[in-house]
Amino acid sequence: MSNMEKERSELLTEESEQINWTKKHLLDIDDFSKAEFDLVLKTASAMKEILSRPIKKVPALRGKTIATLFYEPSTRTRGSFELAAKNLSADVINLTPASSSIVKGESLIDTLHTLQAMGVNAVVIRHSMAGAPYLAAKHARASIINAGDGWHAHPTQALLDMYTVYEQKKRLKDLKVVILGDSRHSRVARSNILGFTGVGAKVTLCGPLTLLPPSINYKYHPYPGIEIEPDIQKALNGADVVMVLRLQKERQHSGLMPDIREYKNHYQLNRQRFALAKPDAMLMHPGPVNENVEIEPELIRCPASVIDRQVANGIAVRMALLYLVIGGKNDEI
Amino acid sequence: MKSKLILKDGLIIDPARSIEVRGDVVIEGGKIIDSGPGAAASHSENADVVELNGMIITPGFIDMHCHLREPGFEDKETIKTGSLAAAAGGFTTICAMPNTQPPADSASTLSFIAQTSTRDSLVRVLPIGCVTAGRAGRELAPMIELAGAGAVGFSDDGSPVGDAWIMLRALEYSKPLGLPIINHCEDLSLVANGQMNEGKISTLLGIPGNPSISEEVMIARDTILAEYTGAWVHIAHISTAGGVEIVRQAKRRGVRVTAEATPHHLCLTEYAVMDYDSMARVNPPLRTQADIEALIEGLNDGTIDIIATDHAPHTADDKAQEFGLALPGISGFETALAVLLSLVHAGKIKMADLLYKMSAGPAAMLSSTGLKLGTLEKRAVADIAIIDPDHEWTVDSSVFLSKGKNSPFHGTRLKGKVKATIAGGKFVFNEIGKN
Repeated sequence: MSNMEKERSELLTEESEQINWTKKHLLDIDDFSKAEFDLVLKTASAMKEILSRPIKKVPALRGKTIATLFYEPSTRTRGSFELAAKNLSADVINLTPASSSIVKGESLIDTLHTLQAMGVNAVVIRHSMAGAPYLAAKHARASIINAGDGWHAHPTQALLDMYTVYEQKKRLKDLKVVILGDSRHSRVARSNILGFTGVGAKVTLCGPLTLLPPSINYKYHPYPGIEIEPDIQKALNGADVVMVLRLQKERQHSGLMPDIREYKNHYQLNRQRFALAKPDAMLMHPGPVNENVEIEPELIRCPASVIDRQVANGIAVRMALLYLVIGGKNDEI
Repeated sequence: MKSKLILKDGLIIDPARSIEVRGDVVIEGGKIIDSGPGAAASHSENADVVELNGMIITPGFIDMHCHLREPGFEDKETIKTGSLAAAAGGFTTICAMPNTQPPADSASTLSFIAQTSTRDSLVRVLPIGCVTAGRAGRELAPMIELAGAGAVGFSDDGSPVGDAWIMLRALEYSKPLGLPIINHCEDLSLVANGQMNEGKISTLLGIPGNPSISEEVMIARDTILAEYTGAWVHIAHISTAGGVEIVRQAKRRGVRVTAEATPHHLCLTEYAVMDYDSMARVNPPLRTQADIEALIEGLNDGTIDIIATDHAPHTADDKAQEFGLALPGISGFETALAVLLSLVHAGKIKMADLLYKMSAGPAAMLSSTGLKLGTLEKRAVADIAIIDPDHEWTVDSSVFLSKGKNSPFHGTRLKGKVKATIAGGKFVFNEIGKN
């Protein structure tokens, strides 16, 4: 095997290591080994090949049923999961409990029992409260896939971001990844911190201290090895990847920041600032973008931007994850 | 039935009198009539004798802080089931917090609690009245009337008295009554939507954090107001190292401040919340090992006067929810002593000191009742806990006598157990001879 082939077949691990997928649920990536990251990215690569075919459908999950259960509005994540499932020939049902139903009396556990009675194989769940998928996993026989829970985790987003970077850079180790914006309230940031540091990349968080995780500001630091840089110019200097986070509208009057004008003046990613990154730096955003808030409109579709590719790769990565989680031969149901 | 009850050959620990001696305790007419080595010999006529073979005989525990939920929340607990659980935990006097429905802010509600307790309770129930009408934090509750109806202190527990001006007036107004204002010390503007200790674990879990400063700021305010008025403030469920230090400094200045710590804040850290275990959701939240060490130091140097359970029973549905929706609180009566004994077994606190903080310490806060509680001396009320400090057992919350099965200690192996409880001279709980 030539060196190049070797690199292709073993994306992240130094030595060849064949592993089997053993996780019943996908709740977080905090316990992923390098070999597991490797397997996801490899499988995603195979799925991407399927997506390049004229007929993008394979029978891998024929006869399986997947429910999406979204307690929070979402267009792209839900659509991405639905397409991913359909490309694998699974049947999909979509449940959208009214957002007002996350109140006492409307129980997540009840809903899961109902889905279980329907015989679904996997439940893709998004919820405004951290840990809701963990509660679901305690009460479900189906596989639970976390599509975002509160401020906690968005594992499929991190994996698709890692895949997108790998696809272009052919490596992840030692890359400088800058996460710019409101990481305090961001599950995307938390999962990407775990994912990128988990494979040896260097992560820098940049933003006003009121929008960075509070325990990073003060005495307890849960992410050893990441850098905190409130100065945007220093943060961007030499970056390989710049990941811009959406500034939620509700932060404007939260007391955590003065106003949008001040934020734009000091933390918006504009062309001048992006030029501080490496010439071949990638520009990413998990979407949806607040144009001319966290990012200058001209940058959104600039040559360095991979925002649309993130969306396309999201389908391949989610196909890979659905296949790994419920496509195995040891399906209990 | 014989007129006397003899507890024979136990290890008598009466921390109020610094007594620790192998001997007997003799009870008659609901009072202790004799105790000490060989005391049984001169009382052997007409006596029931219980052989203890060296088990600990100590004053029944007094809990200054529990939630009995009646009236209003009888699904969670009633005075009857709460008293059964208390008895099983060695408690003979329990002080009920007033966050019932209606809140205990009138003599009529206190009278309902008193009547229900007389009818249903195995142990002495003493009510705590509200500080403010309806616990709303705006107008003072009729504290003189409440004291007349038996209130042993005032608290809006569950919520702090948030407004400093109202707290100042409450301290001034209650001062002549000689009863404490018991404040739930959390500055809600700093708690924000915090659901667990702010720190490493909250960041990893993505759960909004409640920083230790929310407690420290409030304790600082309350000690300053107590110093200004000369009135008595009692800090409920202190949980932070910073809070302990503020109380320590205030005591040094002569401020009339007392403080309590709970078994769960003394023995569990924020790690109990890992895996989003809603059983470990509690206000104030479980903190860090450094905070635990500071609490233990505070107990040992007298900064923290007493241990209180903050027994807070909830239904299964209240807890089987997303972490952010699950109600905070721990059902604590039936595990309190055994959990705390882990500190004794680890050599962090002496047995007699622990028992002091659970009996003589709180008894000193209840001097307004005129009852001789928290001691085994002659003519004291025969309220007694009998403990086997070496009995190993595994907590099974499903067999709790409390309606609240919400315990983060479920499944935990503990060493030491209350084997029997005597209230007013009668057994209200007895597992002697049972494994």
